[in-house]
Amino acid sequence: MDGDINATAPGTTPPDSDPARKRRVHGMLKLYYGLNEEGKTVDQAESMDPCDINGPHFDPEVYLNKLRRECSLGELMDQETCMVKQIRSLDSDMQTLVYENYNKFISATDTIRKMKNDFKKMEDEMDCLSTNMASITDFSARISGTLQDQHAQITKLSGVHTLLRKLQFLFELPARLNKCLELQAYAQAVSSHRRARCVLQQYSHMPSFRGIQDDCHAIMDKLAQELRQKFRDGGSSAKDLSECVELLLQLDEPAEELCDKFLSHAQSRLEADLLGLEAELRPPLSSGPTAVTDPYTGPARRLSVEPTAGSPTGPSSLNNPFLSPSSRTDILEFIDRGCNEFVSSLCLVIASYQELFVNRPQEGELASKNIPQMAIGKLHAFVDALATRYFSLVERRIQEEKSVGDNSLLVRALDRFHRRLQAVAKLLPGSAVPSQGTEIVVRAARERIKQYLAALQSFYLNSLTDVRQALAAPRLGGSSAGGGSHLGGSATGKDAPASLPELLSTLSASILNQIKSVLASVHLFTAKDITFSNKPYFKGEFCSHGVRESLVVNFIMFVCQSSRQFCESAGDRGGSTPPALLLLLSRLCLDYETSTITYILTLTDEQFLVQHHSPVTAVTALCGEAREAAQKLLNHYVKVQGLIISQMLRKSVETRDWVNTIEPRNVRAVMKRVVEDTTSIDVQVGLLYEEGVRKAHSSDSSKRTFSVYSSSRQQTRYAPSYTPSAPMDTNLLSNIHKLFSERVEIFSPVEFNKVSVLTGIIKISLKTFLECVRLRTFGRYGLQQIQVDCHYLQMYLWRFVSDENLVHFLLDEIVGSTAHRCLDPAPMEQSVIEVICERG
Amino acid sequence: MEDDAPVIYGLEFQARALTSQTAESDAIRFLVGTQSLKFDNQIHIIDFDDENNIISKSVLQHQAGEIWHISASPADKAVLTTCYNKTSESRVVTCGAVWRMPPEWESGSHESPDDPHNSHNPQNLELLCHLDNSSHGNASCVLWEPMGDGKHVISLADNHALLWDLTESSTQATISSSATLEGKGQLKFTAGKWSPHHNCTQLATANDTAIRGWDLRTMSQIYCIENAHGQLVRDLDFNPNKQYYLASCGDDCKVKFWDVRNINEPVKTLEEHSHWVWSVRFNHSHDQLVLTGSSDSRVILSNMVSISSEPFGHLVDDDDLSDGEDNHQDEKTKEPLQDSIISTYEEHEDSVYAVEWSSADPWLFASLSYDGRLVINRVPRALKYHILL
Repeated sequence: MDGDINATAPGTTPPDSDPARKRRVHGMLKLYYGLNEEGKTVDQAESMDPCDINGPHFDPEVYLNKLRRECSLGELMDQETCMVKQIRSLDSDMQTLVYENYNKFISATDTIRKMKNDFKKMEDEMDCLSTNMASITDFSARISGTLQDQHAQITKLSGVHTLLRKLQFLFELPARLNKCLELQAYAQAVSSHRRARCVLQQYSHMPSFRGIQDDCHAIMDKLAQELRQKFRDGGSSAKDLSECVELLLQLDEPAEELCDKFLSHAQSRLEADLLGLEAELRPPLSSGPTAVTDPYTGPARRLSVEPTAGSPTGPSSLNNPFLSPSSRTDILEFIDRGCNEFVSSLCLVIASYQELFVNRPQEGELASKNIPQMAIGKLHAFVDALATRYFSLVERRIQEEKSVGDNSLLVRALDRFHRRLQAVAKLLPGSAVPSQGTEIVVRAARERIKQYLAALQSFYLNSLTDVRQALAAPRLGGSSAGGGSHLGGSATGKDAPASLPELLSTLSASILNQIKSVLASVHLFTAKDITFSNKPYFKGEFCSHGVRESLVVNFIMFVCQSSRQFCESAGDRGGSTPPALLLLLSRLCLDYETSTITYILTLTDEQFLVQHHSPVTAVTALCGEAREAAQKLLNHYVKVQGLIISQMLRKSVETRDWVNTIEPRNVRAVMKRVVEDTTSIDVQVGLLYEEGVRKAHSSDSSKRTFSVYSSSRQQTRYAPSYTPSAPMDTNLLSNIHKLFSERVEIFSPVEFNKVSVLTGIIKISLKTFLECVRLRTFGRYGLQQIQVDCHYLQMYLWRFVSDENLVHFLLDEIVGSTAHRCLDPAPMEQSVIEVICERG
Repeated sequence: MEDDAPVIYGLEFQARALTSQTAESDAIRFLVGTQSLKFDNQIHIIDFDDENNIISKSVLQHQAGEIWHISASPADKAVLTTCYNKTSESRVVTCGAVWRMPPEWESGSHESPDDPHNSHNPQNLELLCHLDNSSHGNASCVLWEPMGDGKHVISLADNHALLWDLTESSTQATISSSATLEGKGQLKFTAGKWSPHHNCTQLATANDTAIRGWDLRTMSQIYCIENAHGQLVRDLDFNPNKQYYLASCGDDCKVKFWDVRNINEPVKTLEEHSHWVWSVRFNHSHDQLVLTGSSDSRVILSNMVSISSEPFGHLVDDDDLSDGEDNHQDEKTKEPLQDSIISTYEEHEDSVYAVEWSSADPWLFASLSYDGRLVINRVPRALKYHILL
């Protein structure tokens, strides 16, 4: 088979491709060892083919037949030469192999022969070695036999020596302990005693040992006594104390008692701290400061100085008790003091306590007593009780913080307060103290918002008072800066007399500034570097509910509501509010509606990143509120101003004897006054409100003749009155006239522009005029005087109103009604009226 | 409903004075006094036929002068008082007088209001007596003793309140007592009302912005509501069923309801009119119905349930309500009753100076505007049934 393969292999592969051949050989080896599955299957597929020259089932006969059948002569020739070539190369390969193997065989034979000689020499030497070893063993046995006795003796002696040394230690122990006691080397004493304790216990039945044990006990009792004394005595430092406790524990003192003692001792010191804090809360008494403070600072100093020996904040707390206590410390100082004295002491106590009782390595008997749990429980109760007192003090102090001047101080104080409590949280993981502290901070923040709201409100009211003063004495100048100055710049603190727009802008600017500064102050609560700012309250509720709703929205509501109150309070009891203020406020509210509210709320939302979890007041609702307030104020303004002019007109009509009046030569002074007042109102309103739209009117309305009264209208309107035949026509005509004119709403809401406001005022005035005229009886000259007056009004009032026809209509009515109420209705010539009016 | 449509009657003259004929309890009858400086003034007696919706009128001449106030005797249908202007020698004086209507007017021709020339031979009023007040000033109104026997009237003249005894069939009037308002400036009573409560011993008057109460037995002031209104008080009325309740109206466009036991605050304020309110009247039987007339040419009927003598309304049994059209009304009755404006009447085109309930039919009222238009309206039927059932 092999021969077959070797003989036929060159036939299938090119003879000169060495790597390929190698691979093939390699492949065959693999095949032999069954490594390659793939190869096997291929082999199986090949094995069936008798024409495969490398296959195991190769049948030369079939192969030759196949070749002969399939190939041409040329191909056969090629195949033959190829095959011959392959056979030749295989032959030479075989020759080389045989030669190489032969050489190796020769050299192997030489080596074997040489080894045979060497081994013979080694055998002799080994024999010699074994005899030598036997003699050495013999000698050694003999030596050890002679030395055995002495060795046993030495061992015994050394054992005795050790025992004697131990005994000496025991005998010397009482003296040594005494010495330790004298030197106050308690730790050494305790460790000595502990070493001896077990032995003494074991041999206590022997009288001599017993004596030693009793002595030791006595001494140790004394020592324990002394330790306890030291422990009880307040004068020991924390380190000493902890050492003390450790020793006592080692002396099998009951841990519970020690805990209690330790805590009560700590409590006395912490309480002294609290007393010191409380002393600061007390209002400074009028008597001499030193006399008052001595009782407080006395113990506080003694107790608070000593524990700071090991505390990191020692230096700062050293100073505090000596601060001049007569001056009130600010809140930051207070909190600082609280933190440095109370909280740090507390932390120290907690830390050392935990080190002593909770975290100590539990060895032997101590472990069984379950000390840590008991100790932790005691500690929690202790810390809670003290923290509650501390918190109540802090809260009292925070509540005293009424002035809203500098919020940063409070925030810093709260931050410090909160931060220091984190230390407690770290030391005492399960404690409720930090969460209570957070509660306090939250409460303080809430309280703060309320205070700010109150401050804003009072600022607003003060600003209004200032504006009122400025309005009352507009040309005096130097109006005093009112009470609003404590919150920043006062609205009218400057010397120049302020006009309405200036007042408005300063008012609105100062309010806006105030809001901004309040927002900035409040914003401190949520600053990044403040520890409590990432609490859920400060992230969510504080921003949305606290700042936005309670502060900003409430303030805007307050502005609207207080504005509205101006309308209501002034309604019945005569206008106590100056009309200009009403006008100003109305404009302010309107500005709020159009822009300010949106601005403020956007500002707030941006600053505080308000996420609206809970429903909040919508901007539109606030705007609606503001607009309503503005409308109401403006309506009220119109009403008040209308009333003032009405009152003049009413007096002028009611107090005159119209039957016996003289022929008119002038326009009555009151009409001039009316026009003057209307003009000044026009100017006033024009300062704050836009012009507004008016209906188109003829270019020279002032020149418009009173055709309505004097010529055609007048004739048709009250001519029938002269003829008894047609009294119905009066009604008919006047009714027809009214049919076509719109009903005049006298006290109707006005629009936010000058023309509408003036129209409202003039309407009210003229309607009053009309009603008053109807209650009087006129003589001929009375009627003429009214004609003159109305013409005068006509000349000047048309320009103020949106629809001059309204003025015409009302004046028509007045003259018409006068004519009706006239005993001798002889109207004046229009030309005469005009002359009189133009004369002024 | 056609039935609810207002009935309008036009007078030839301007008019301010309106009263219902108080003593008449069968016919719906109103008296209107005209104001004319040039012609003889008249008193129109307006009869309203409720069933046929027809107005009929009679005219009586009142030659004494233009009528500013009219008031009918509660005892005698034929007797009335007027306050009128008398012009003499370029002086205008307002006087009060008691008149008797001629007995024939009723039997006489009931003329159609459409006939414009009905006053050719009008009958004259018969003067019973003058309430001579020449020494006291101009009379602003004359008030009859409510529900009295027609023997006592009060006239308000400038700053005096004069109590008159009418004797000998009202032909003799003597001042039995008087009260004078003292104070700075020219004080003048603008309106007054004789309280029907307390045995008719109280009077309420208005001057400027104040309302005062008087005890007629001692003629002394018992209370004074200073600044009752922001401006002039124009009219007053007593709640006929609640003795301490008083309504007032004035130039501040408001109607206020007062409990005179607590005069610091009005019980209620209405602010519905857009100009001065000249007249306010409680319904005589259902005092939640309040009528007001204003110079904004409107008449407003309000339902002041909360301060009425029937604050909870009549208890309504739903089964009793068989009328189908009131179904939606049913729902309302279950809700707590609230004060509300029932209706605003806009038939007038000039200032309404007087409103009055009919004394015969509590669901009917008249209003009079300056241009002489008298409008008779009814309380909406739905409300009427609501109140009644």
